[in-house]
Amino acid sequence: MPRFRVYHTEGVILRRVDFGEADRIIIVFTPGRGKLETIARGVRRLTSRRAGHLEPLARTRLLLAQGRQLDVITQAEALDLFPNVRSDLERTAAGFYLAELVDRFTEPQQPNVNLYRHLVTGLTLLDQGHEPDLVRRYFELRLLDAVGFRPELYRCAECGRDLRPVTNHFSPAAGGVLCPDCGGRNRTVTVGALKVLRFIQSAPTYEQIARLRVPPGIMRELELLLRDYLRFLLERDLKSTAFLDGLRALPTRS
Amino acid sequence: MDLSTVPVAEPVNRLIAELEKLPGIGPKTAQRLTYYILRQPESEVRSLAQALLDVKTRVRLCAECFNISEDELCPICRSPDRDRSVICVMEEPLHVLALERTGRYRGLYHVLHGVISPLNGILPENLRINELVERVKRQAVREVILATNPNLEGDTTASYIFKLLAPLGVKVSRLARGLPSGGELDYADERTMVEALDGRRPLN
Repeated sequence: MPRFRVYHTEGVILRRVDFGEADRIIIVFTPGRGKLETIARGVRRLTSRRAGHLEPLARTRLLLAQGRQLDVITQAEALDLFPNVRSDLERTAAGFYLAELVDRFTEPQQPNVNLYRHLVTGLTLLDQGHEPDLVRRYFELRLLDAVGFRPELYRCAECGRDLRPVTNHFSPAAGGVLCPDCGGRNRTVTVGALKVLRFIQSAPTYEQIARLRVPPGIMRELELLLRDYLRFLLERDLKSTAFLDGLRALPTRS
Repeated sequence: MDLSTVPVAEPVNRLIAELEKLPGIGPKTAQRLTYYILRQPESEVRSLAQALLDVKTRVRLCAECFNISEDELCPICRSPDRDRSVICVMEEPLHVLALERTGRYRGLYHVLHGVISPLNGILPENLRINELVERVKRQAVREVILATNPNLEGDTTASYIFKLLAPLGVKVSRLARGLPSGGELDYADERTMVEALDGRRPLN
């Protein structure tokens, strides 16, 4: 057995926890190896050569050495720091949200290349100045695809009949939209909201979605619907959702 | 290492187990400390035990700045020599020490006890942020210095506090950032370099 095995990977830093005197545990999502719990030694010192490259929400190229328990980050170079995500509180909060979703929906060392690609795209879109709420909806639907919970939006998830353009229902437990007959007490989904959901789910690139003008009422409906679905799947509320809600409640002037 | 199968006196095992719970202390260090304590005179050990108890029972948070304090108000908040119109906002009590060591700062402090970090489960309401806003409203504060760490969580917390303080018309500043003393340029990340360039100071 080789004593030191070293490997390269890129990855997005999801979060980190202080450890010991000056170390940090860094949780990083990589395309080829999935979510890794790694340790970076000495990065809390102000003169650390790696600290600035290991910030949450940064896409970083890493050199890791296999350790007994945690792999050790020996070199780090930021490929993309997404500066506009960092400099704007609302965008930072949206970035935290994407990272928390990925963190919650992944198990350690389970690669998911598509999910990785969506995360990088999501952060890039936020950085480019796209509407954070719309980027979040886009990312939520892409994430649901990538982790195997793509919601059914065309046929009733209960009886299988094609959905008609009327007010339908959405059932987190059934994983999709239900027709009025099967809907029961589930939350309703308006014709307009379903249209936007289908469009975001099937649009090949974000460019088409960016051209959408979604009325605030429908935007809110989509947000709550997807929040319900994600909460059902995760069996918990996301902390970054609470943070986003809190930000919205602040007086708007800076 | 599982010592439960090794024939060691129960009190020794208990102390090892307790020490292991401390941050940065692994099983080996815990054993070494335990056997060191075992060799110490009883008076030394009593003094250590008393210090451990005192830090918990005789120390609380300052009612004003939430720094660690023995009394209702900490020595800094009580001192007549401090400039009461400036408040420096820190993440942790330890950071207060870092700034106090310089002897340069003469204002007051406000300790948040953490930073906003949703992924680690920490939201604004878990910190002493509302108390800071109330303090600024209540007192004649001229300037608030945001001295949270120069990283994403620290910046997020600073921006969030700034949003709350801005309507109050108080001057809000952030500690300068850029190259650390003793560092080397070729290891700086791009963001730090940009900050150093933007924040450069004329020499003449």
